[in-house]
Order: sequence, then C-alpha cells, then structure tokens
Amino acid sequence: MSTIMNTVEEFVETMEPQGKSVADSEQGYHTVGEFSIAEPRISCRHVNVFYGEKQALFDINLDIGQRQVIALIGPSGCGKSTFLRCLNRMNDIIEGCRVEGKIQLDNQDIYSKDMDPVILRARVGMVFQKPNPFPKSIYDNVAYGPRIHGLASNRTELDEIVETSLKRAGLWKEVRDRLDHPATGLSGGQQQRLCIARAIAVEPEVVLMDEPCSALDPIATATIEQLIDELRERYTIVIVTHSMQQAARVSQRTAYFHLGKLIEVGQTSRIFTNPRHPLTEDYITGRFG
Amino acid sequence: MNNDANQTLEIVKSGLARRRRRETRFRWYGRIAIFIAMAFLALLLFSILARGISAFQQTYIAVDVYLNPEELAPPTPEHLGKVDFEGLIRQSLRETFPEVTGRRQKRALYRLVSSSAAYELRDWVLQHPDQLGKAVTIWVLAGSDVDMYMKGAVDVSVPEDQRRLKDDQIRWIEQLRQQGRLDLRFNKVFFLNGDSREPEQAGILVAFKGSLYMMIVTLALSFPLGIAAAIYLEEFAPKKNFWVDMVEININNLAAVPSIVFGLLGLAVFLGYFGLPRSTPLVGGLTLTLMTLPTVIIASRAALTAVPPSIREAALGVGASRTQTVFHHVLPLAMPGMLTGAIIGMARALGETAPLLMIGMVAFIVDPPQGLLDPATALPVQIYLWADSPERGFVERTSAAIIVLLVFLGLMNLLAVLLRRRLEKRW
Repeated sequence: MSTIMNTVEEFVETMEPQGKSVADSEQGYHTVGEFSIAEPRISCRHVNVFYGEKQALFDINLDIGQRQVIALIGPSGCGKSTFLRCLNRMNDIIEGCRVEGKIQLDNQDIYSKDMDPVILRARVGMVFQKPNPFPKSIYDNVAYGPRIHGLASNRTELDEIVETSLKRAGLWKEVRDRLDHPATGLSGGQQQRLCIARAIAVEPEVVLMDEPCSALDPIATATIEQLIDELRERYTIVIVTHSMQQAARVSQRTAYFHLGKLIEVGQTSRIFTNPRHPLTEDYITGRFG
Repeated sequence: MNNDANQTLEIVKSGLARRRRRETRFRWYGRIAIFIAMAFLALLLFSILARGISAFQQTYIAVDVYLNPEELAPPTPEHLGKVDFEGLIRQSLRETFPEVTGRRQKRALYRLVSSSAAYELRDWVLQHPDQLGKAVTIWVLAGSDVDMYMKGAVDVSVPEDQRRLKDDQIRWIEQLRQQGRLDLRFNKVFFLNGDSREPEQAGILVAFKGSLYMMIVTLALSFPLGIAAAIYLEEFAPKKNFWVDMVEININNLAAVPSIVFGLLGLAVFLGYFGLPRSTPLVGGLTLTLMTLPTVIIASRAALTAVPPSIREAALGVGASRTQTVFHHVLPLAMPGMLTGAIIGMARALGETAPLLMIGMVAFIVDPPQGLLDPATALPVQIYLWADSPERGFVERTSAAIIVLLVFLGLMNLLAVLLRRRLEKRW
C-alpha cells in the first residue's frame, strides 16, 4: 500500500498541467483526461466529501454526458460509491457526512436550498449493489414510485407504466402472469432487473447503478449488461463496477478513482488501451486492485 | 500425501474424541436445563390446577318452599324487597330436619345455606311470578363449609372443637346428600359476582372487568405513544445529539425502575394533582401506561433497527420522503416485532400489583364497574386479597383466580401470535 502512496506522491510532484484537460486544485493533484465535456447532464466541480473528520473525496471534477454510460472504477474504498451517492444526495441520510463543492444537474445546483431531495431522487434514480425489492408484489414494487409521485391518474395509466417499465427492464415476459406474486420470490437477476424497472418507472433522467451485478451470476450479469446498453438510449447512466471487463463492455466513458481522488477520466476505449496515468495503467493491467 | 500432512492428520485425530465428547456433554447440559425448566413449569401449573380446579364447581342445596300468594303477591321488586325470604328458607330447613331443636342447633342448621340464599329465592320469585301458590323446590348456594366438605377438603379426624364444621352438621350434610338435596354444579357465581366476605359468594367479575378496562386504557395509550416515540428516536431524531442521548438513557433507565415507584408517581400525579377518582381503571391504566411505555419503546426501536437499511435506501432512491419511507415500508416490516413488544409490556402490566396498591385499587368492591371511572380491582390484586383471607373457601378461589389470570394472559399471547401471522403473511 505504501508503494502506491509513494507512487501517487511522486506522480503528483512530477505531473505538469496539460492545457484544458487537467484541473488545477488546492490539493495539488490533477485529473488526467477530459473531465469536462460539452452539454453535460451532470457537472461536478471541486467536490469534497467528508465523513466526520475523515475526507473521503478530494476535489472531484467530472462531467457526465447525456445518454451515455460512464463507468466509475477503482479499488475498494476509493470513493467511487461515495461519489455516486452524492449525485442523488443519498449521502444525506448518513450521519456526519458533509459535501462541499458544486454538483449541477441540468445547470441546477442539487445541493442548493431550492432543491428538494425527493424531486432530485425522482430525477436521478438508483439501483443498489444488492437487489433490494420491497417485500411486496412485483406490481407494487414498480408502481410504488409512480404512486407516491402521482404520475398516474388512474389504474389503467398505472398498469401501462408498470408494463412499459418492466418491458424496458426486460422482465415483462418472465413476470407478466404473476405480477401479484411477491417480488422476493424472484431470482437474484430478476430481482435486480425489477429494481431497475422500479427506478425507471418514475422516468428519471439519470440512473445511478452501484455495482449492480456484484451479487449476480455471469448469465444474469450478461442480461443486465445488455439491458444497460439498451437503456442508454433513454437515460444517462452512471455505473460503479469492480469488473473492468464490465466497464469496458458497457460504458462509453470511464473514470478511475484512487484513494478519494479522480485520477483519470476519458473515453473507455482510450482508457483501456492507452491509459495515461501510471496508477490507471497499474489498475487496469491488474497489478493491484 | 506427504509426511507433514500425515502428522497433522494424526494430531487432529487424537483430539477428535475429546472434541466430540465435549460437544455431547454440552448438548446434555442444554437438555437438562430445559428439562428442569419444564419440570418447574409443570409443577407450578399442576399445583395451581390441583388447588383451583375445584373452585369451578360449587355446592348447591335444594330447599322446598311454599310460595304463599298472600305474603308474596304482588310479585313486584318493591313488595318482594320487604318479604322475609330468609325466614322461608329457614322454615324449609326446619321442616327437613324436624328433630333439630334449640337455638344453637338451629343456628348451626341455618349455616348450611349461604346467606345469599334469601336473595336467590327472591330473584327466582321475581322471574317466575306464575309459580305463586305452589310448593316448589329450588336450588340455592350452600354455605362454604358445606361446599368444602362436599369437595373433601374437611378433615373429619380433627377433634370437633377444632374444626368449623361440627359433627351435627356433618350428619345433616350426609343426610341431605343421600336425599339428593346436595349437588355440585358449575360455579356461575365465581364469574358473575364481585368480591364478598363469604367465600361461596365471592367472584372475580369486578377484578376481571377492572383488569380488562385497564388493559384497554394501557394499550390505547402505550402502543401509539410508544411507537411514535420509537419512530421519532430511531428514524428522525439527530444522532449524536446530547438531548437525544439523554432521552435514550432515561428511557432505558425507566424500564428498570421498580413498579411501585410508578404507583407512587401515579398517586402523586393522577390522584393528587389531577384529582382523578381513586381505585378506578382509568387511573390504574394510566399508571400502568407509565410503566409499560419504556418497554414498548425499547422493543419497538429494536424492531425498527431490525428492518434492513436496504429497504430504506430503496424507498428513498425512488424519491419517497422520509415519512413515506417510514410509513410505507419500515413500519409494516417492524410491526410484528412492535406488537410482540407491546404484548410483552401488556402481559407485565396485567400481572402487576404493586403500583395498583398505591392508587387504591386494593379496595373491597362488590359491584362490577360500569365504566372507566367506577371503582374496581384487578385480577392480581384480587388474588393478593384472597390469598390473605383465612377461610378455606378462599384458598381454592385464589388458585382459580390465578387460573383465570393465566388464561387471560394466554389469550393475549394467542392474539399477538395471530396478529403477527396475519401481518407477516402480507409480505
């Protein structure tokens, strides 16, 4: 571990700013690659996150584009999940968590006083690491979001929303005949797709996925990955993953986090073929992580 | 396999027998512990049942009376209230035993019948006015000594001057028994009467209703209050806040406070300050609420903590507010646990005597309470009162009251189990 720390320090010392692709910051480290893009859906600037006294994220600058998948990769404890949870303010419920900096969704500061986390989370949906369906029927799981937000004025509309969402999540054919069955009776992969259906039932703009396949077998994983690829046409997707193959398969852009810092970001093809930062290279070639 | 591995295997094998023995021994410890616990429980239940079961039957005695219409008409409550029914019954007894003479002898004879027999006869006449002018045989309560004798609880080998039932009386009882004028019947009186100085007339209705009303008050107050407090503390209150910590510490401490202290509090606050009437189920229920509340809060918080955080995240993730998250998802999942906590608290409250003594629920009350503000006692208090009485007839009634209390508790637990089943089935 200390060698990695040394590498970071050495790197930080020797690194020279390279035009617009590198951010300057007080902490004195620079993100390699194109963190800034034109017409971003989400734009993060100088984001610092603290858990009590401990700083978890250091000066993150990152833009997330429309209708594309961005993968956040990095070793355990690097802060990628923390960053993800900043994007829909799920960190609010963690005691002692403090977020500094600016995160904008469609040019609107999500941490401003005018932003209601309830509305934010309707716009930025989330899929969690472990499938967590409500212990209710399949139908009620998908219908819950539209119900509380009042998206359907009658039962027919609600039925339609449930059907469309389940279809988009690729689950409709499997559960069409048993919508009233408990969701907990589904297999792990089906549960996770149900959670995706639940998230997209409220028509969010962004879907956050926190290692959505880590609890699934390879076949279920392949299904979900295919699904992510299809969902890209309608939603902006941010996915945290431990699997570099997965990141390479599903994402257009990849961001590499290391010890709370965003080390490198860029086109996925570029990151995996030609990483510029030695840490990124070490990680994707499997030297650590 | 190389040598090292073989050696390791040998070492493991040599210790294996000892490990197995230890495991077997431990299992036996467990079995013995359970056996001892079950044996004590069985002993307790057996002794209570053995002593109390006889109280569910009561001896009745048949008396022949001629309902003289000249005396009894018109059969209105006002008129019958002035009639000497006691005289009628005594007359009937004298006619059954014409050989009995002398004041002492006659008094001993009259004691075979309970003092309530005159009222029973009056009530019977009130209900059957068409029987006026006829000679009828009606069954009235026998005295407690007769009842005890019939149940075999009188030791005849004791010298006559040391027992309540004299030889003459025993002779009469045997005579009556042979004539079929004594009978053990289901003891309605025990369930329909309040307390009484006479064991054969004493019943648990006042205590039962008092306990029931108190449970209603306690449940209606402690359950919603406890759940609301638990939800706030667990889901909404800021963590690591000095005041919240103080509240938590105090709730935990309150759960361990001796119950009589709550009785003192109830006495000072509800009776002293608010001036509510003494010995009423309302005050009893309020006092028991104070006692039960910490238990309910602690159990409800435990039930809330047991709900997996992933459910909360899932609800928040689709944009539910915190309140919606709690009421739509967390609370339904925690409800079975909360109910269990509430029932445990209620069961404790039901069996509680000490705080009720402080608020005057230990009184001698004959009339069943009609509402929350009528004086009443409670089942455990009634047990305590009867256990204090010297008469042999109260011994079996004490045990019978304990049986009723246990059945009450059992029913409450059954209700809790059924409710849990129903709530859990929904998921």
